[in-house]
Amino acid sequence: MSELWELTAHEAQDGLRAKEFSAVELTESVLARVDAVEDRVNAYITRTDEVAREQAREADARFAAGTATPLTGIPFAVKDLIVTKGVRTTAGSRMLGDFVPPYDSHVYEQLKRAGAVMVGKANMDEFAMGSSTEHSAYGATRNPWDTDRVPGGSSGGSAAAVAAGECIASLGSDTGGSIRQPAALCGVVGLDPTYGRVSRFGIIAFGSSLDQVGPIGRDVEDVATILDGIGSHDPRDSTSDPAPRPDMRHYLGRDVAGKKIGVPREYFVEGMEDGVRMRIDEALRRLESLGCEIDTDLSLPMTEHALAVYYLIAPSEASSNLARYDGVKYGLSERGGSMWENMEQTREQGFGDEVKRRIMLGVYALSAGYYDQFYLKAQKVRTLITNEFREAFTRYDALVTPTTPGVAFPVGDKLDDPYAMYLNDIYTLPSAVAGLPALSLPCGLSEGLPVGLQIIGDVGAEGTILQIGHAFERALDEANRLAPL
Amino acid sequence: MYDRAMPISRDQVVHVGRLARLGLTDAEIDRLTVQLSDILDHFEALAAVDTDGIEPTAHPLPLHNVMRTDSVAPSLARDDALSNAPEVEDGLIRVRAVLE
Repeated sequence: MSELWELTAHEAQDGLRAKEFSAVELTESVLARVDAVEDRVNAYITRTDEVAREQAREADARFAAGTATPLTGIPFAVKDLIVTKGVRTTAGSRMLGDFVPPYDSHVYEQLKRAGAVMVGKANMDEFAMGSSTEHSAYGATRNPWDTDRVPGGSSGGSAAAVAAGECIASLGSDTGGSIRQPAALCGVVGLDPTYGRVSRFGIIAFGSSLDQVGPIGRDVEDVATILDGIGSHDPRDSTSDPAPRPDMRHYLGRDVAGKKIGVPREYFVEGMEDGVRMRIDEALRRLESLGCEIDTDLSLPMTEHALAVYYLIAPSEASSNLARYDGVKYGLSERGGSMWENMEQTREQGFGDEVKRRIMLGVYALSAGYYDQFYLKAQKVRTLITNEFREAFTRYDALVTPTTPGVAFPVGDKLDDPYAMYLNDIYTLPSAVAGLPALSLPCGLSEGLPVGLQIIGDVGAEGTILQIGHAFERALDEANRLAPL
Repeated sequence: MYDRAMPISRDQVVHVGRLARLGLTDAEIDRLTVQLSDILDHFEALAAVDTDGIEPTAHPLPLHNVMRTDSVAPSLARDDALSNAPEVEDGLIRVRAVLE
């Protein structure tokens, strides 16, 4: 080990508990790394150095007092749609450029209670709509593996910060792949928990029946530890599942021999890069060598409809959620005309192109004459997709697929072709539509860029996919491989 | 059923843009007409899926009408709630006249 910012969270915990270094030293190491690389990466919209230093001092006091938790003193990036009291929260939008929330989200409250340290608010596609973090009003984030390429999105800042050493771990949010796709493209581990597992209280809403907060880290153990830290039931979110939460770390290190893994053939179609296919084939052989039973004779024919279902339902929900930005209560407010003129000016100025496109798509899908044809039809096919997964999980412990069809693409490549951008989420959308947990973890490189392996679990089966992911990661022996920046 | 060649017309884009209060410019309307048509065109296969007798999913969780006890608890202070409002008067948000 050469620098503290290169550690995983659990390695950092060991060092902090052994008093090899302090939380202040760890935080200063990360802040110096941000100083060194942030102009090339742009992972943050807002840096919170002073908040971080204060929280690091409090963390050291907790180590001294013996009240430290597994997240105490760990420097985090927090996606900028997670509201933080007193710290500007923009959701990547000009609309919220001056918005300073008067309350904390549940997940940030949990991080603070655990004694974690916030380094800054991570860059993202505006209102989480995008797959490249190019749709941010605060400039695109670059991929630390190759700064001419995108980091993925919408949690591109959260993933790039972890890969670049600008934090140790981060929080992102996933609606249709927004944690897993950037984690894959940046060579880090990301988990989209079961819908309802993590409270959405204080999360700026995009698609309410799909949005879920989750962790991004340098290895599976860190991601498991963070989920334990943020995942408690929250009565302030009516969709927070009241079921008890088992300890995720309990699943790590357990034997995976005999686990039944299905590999749906619909995820291996035209458009997948050869390099990705090679890494996934190797990963399947590796899982087999660990004793897993791999079944490639699985078909999930509804898979092909997930993209249309998602891009009708999520924009419909978004069009309703984003109606609140009217220039009246908070956020950007253009004034000088009539009420309707001000509202239109505010929304014209405040929203970027992709957000306008999705609102239009959503309002159209919900409008009189098209509701049955688009929105209701999508909701019914959503049922069929969910049923198909449910049936598969009567026979399998987990499903394994690639996370994305290709490695990180060049900046600007898909910006003028919205549908080509949407296709990047093709493997992450189906499980999101069904509300299932899914993990993305690195499985090697193609053309020098990271490839992500996706492990999808049944409802509430985070433990199983973390267990399999952890065993795979150990066998691959490439955990915590930082970007060569 | 929509016309395959151009699923959404320019007039529809204008209408939907007005419903959404987006204040779209002419250039945006032109661009959106092409882009939304292209996107909707790709969704056509959905129409062929047999969904007879299938219930729609609004939500992935089997939770319904979660209720809490009706008890008094502290909430956001008025000043905090108003701290981001563009115009405040006498502890209230000041708005433009809705009826002229």
